[in-house]
Amino acid sequence: MTKLWSWGALLFGLVYFTLPLIGMTEFSLKMRRGEYSFDAYAKVLADPKFQETFSYSVLMALVTIAFGALLVVPTAFWVRLKMPWARPYVEFITLLPLVIPAIVIVFGYIRLYNTSSWLPLTGTAMGTNILLMFGYATLALPYMYRAVDTGLRTIDVATLTEAAQSLGAGWGTILARIILPNVLVAVLSGAFLTFAIVIGEFTMAALLNRPAFGPYMQLLGANRAYEPAALAVIAFGITWACMGLIQLITRFSKHTRAQR
Amino acid sequence: MAFLDIEHLEKAFGILRVVKDFNLGIQKGEFVSLLGPSGCGKTTVLRMVAGFETPNSGAIRIDGKDVVNQRPNQRNIGMVFQAYALFPNLTVAQNVGFGLKIKGVGRADQDIRVAEMLRLIGLPDLGNRYPFQLSGGQQQRVALARALAVKPSVLLLDEPLSALDAKIRVSLRTEIREIQQKLGITTIFVTHDQEEALSISDRIVVMNGGIAEQVGAPFEIYNRPNTKFVANFVGTLNTFDAAVLDPAAGRVSLAGTEITLPQPLVSLTGDRIALALRPEALHLGRFEGREVVLPGVITDVHFLGSVIRVRADVAGASVALDTFNRADTPPPPVGAAAEVSFSAADLIVLGG
Ligand SMILES: Nc1ncnc2c1ncn2[C@@H]1O[C@H](COP(=O)(O)OP(=O)(O)OP(=O)(O)O)[C@@H](O)[C@H]1O
Ligand SMILES: [Mg+2]
Repeated sequence: MTKLWSWGALLFGLVYFTLPLIGMTEFSLKMRRGEYSFDAYAKVLADPKFQETFSYSVLMALVTIAFGALLVVPTAFWVRLKMPWARPYVEFITLLPLVIPAIVIVFGYIRLYNTSSWLPLTGTAMGTNILLMFGYATLALPYMYRAVDTGLRTIDVATLTEAAQSLGAGWGTILARIILPNVLVAVLSGAFLTFAIVIGEFTMAALLNRPAFGPYMQLLGANRAYEPAALAVIAFGITWACMGLIQLITRFSKHTRAQR
Repeated sequence: MAFLDIEHLEKAFGILRVVKDFNLGIQKGEFVSLLGPSGCGKTTVLRMVAGFETPNSGAIRIDGKDVVNQRPNQRNIGMVFQAYALFPNLTVAQNVGFGLKIKGVGRADQDIRVAEMLRLIGLPDLGNRYPFQLSGGQQQRVALARALAVKPSVLLLDEPLSALDAKIRVSLRTEIREIQQKLGITTIFVTHDQEEALSISDRIVVMNGGIAEQVGAPFEIYNRPNTKFVANFVGTLNTFDAAVLDPAAGRVSLAGTEITLPQPLVSLTGDRIALALRPEALHLGRFEGREVVLPGVITDVHFLGSVIRVRADVAGASVALDTFNRADTPPPPVGAAAEVSFSAADLIVLGG
């Protein structure tokens, strides 16, 4: 009886998630009357606006990932090594972006860094890009920190650090040659999540008025019929590709296989 | 002056004084063990020498130079940990070469030295393996090679054998000692296993509650313990209660038998003192040169192969004594009456 129920629940879940997807995909293929075609996809991919915004968002994602990793790995390492008592507090801080809406953060930014402020970052395109990158990094912080902290748990941070120190290594060497390689898989899984977040993010990019992919999707969705569906399928594919890559990389790192 | 000099070392964690006025001088090439029960401060002393803890006061000098204010990565000290602590992302060869690379040794010289070290630990073909592909004993040998590759001035080992099983523990400790003697490297070895300390050390420091109770060669520590703690902690001990008859002449009464000790006593007439004997100093039956003879009853017999360990009730105390196995004399039955003999010269007077 319970078996029947669990199968039923599974079936319901599958239908709940896949039906809209199937419907959307089917709709995106119906641009040409009477037959299925990839016309909508071709249109979207050929749109110079698409290429422009997509490459902008990819670049922003990469910069965000680099910044996030440089910020989070040393922080998580230091907290684990020297201030274990501070872990709950740091964890709480990294969770804040989940409860504070992005719109609050971005309005805060605009208040603090507008053209008449002490640091007029929004005055130039570059300044705004930097601000947007900080915003993205904040949004990705919960995922990045959690991933790296979990990665650090699998190694004996304190003893490995001491072993490296006794061999003459300084902090930079320890981080770059011992800590980072051992949490690389964790950093990469954090990185792909960051990538997925940045590619789809709308609020910050729109309010800071940058040509990102999120606002472009929004704009397209408001004006066209078939293209937004195609675009959504593409975005969805990117997200799933990221997930797949996380799995792949976990499997390919040679020294973590069969670790005790 | 000693090569490694530790003077008046003090360390407290909060209000807990963990190391108290610790003094030790180690000659170049000497192998010294820190032996003591859990929590007595062995690791803390070692970590202060390595630079991972800062002493509250006191000096640590290596080759005449005070290192207390040097950071761990400036001290050129090799360290081996209980948990191996090999870098999991590096191969065996890269682990061993890690310190050399940091020192800026050239690629070719690195390879030569790594190969040399791997030969020294008897694993010349495992350079390309990752740590997780090695057994515990192999990992610890690689850790030793890694620590020694940079030619440190002092080698520190913190219970390096505790995580291994008994057989490997014995063979690896012999190997560590051989390598240490071959390289002539000054070494501090921390253990709470007295057999380990006795078998491989030049000198042993017996620690208790953050204090060095006695420093001496294994033979000395075992046969002439200075304090009650050392006597009890190192080896098995049989203790007897005795009454002092004449302290100046060293005469005491043990269960009605009068015994003259080789040395005078500091106690007063009528005082009760504790006398101790190692199991191998007691003899079953009468024996030439063992002038004190006491009656007893056998309570337990353990046949250990070459040695037979017998427990007997003698003079109101339960004592253990060892006899060598001989094919022509079977061990005595439990419950039998027996005589136990020993020499008064072997008695250890237990002080404070
Ligand atoms: N970082 C620390 N903070 C507070 N107390 C500590 C710290 N390190 C050690 N102690 C305390 O100092 C005492 C000595 O510890 P230490 O590790 O030196 O003992 P040990 O002789 O090495 O024992 P074991 O044989 O169990 O390893 C213990 O009571 C321990 O609780
Ligand atoms: Mg210890």
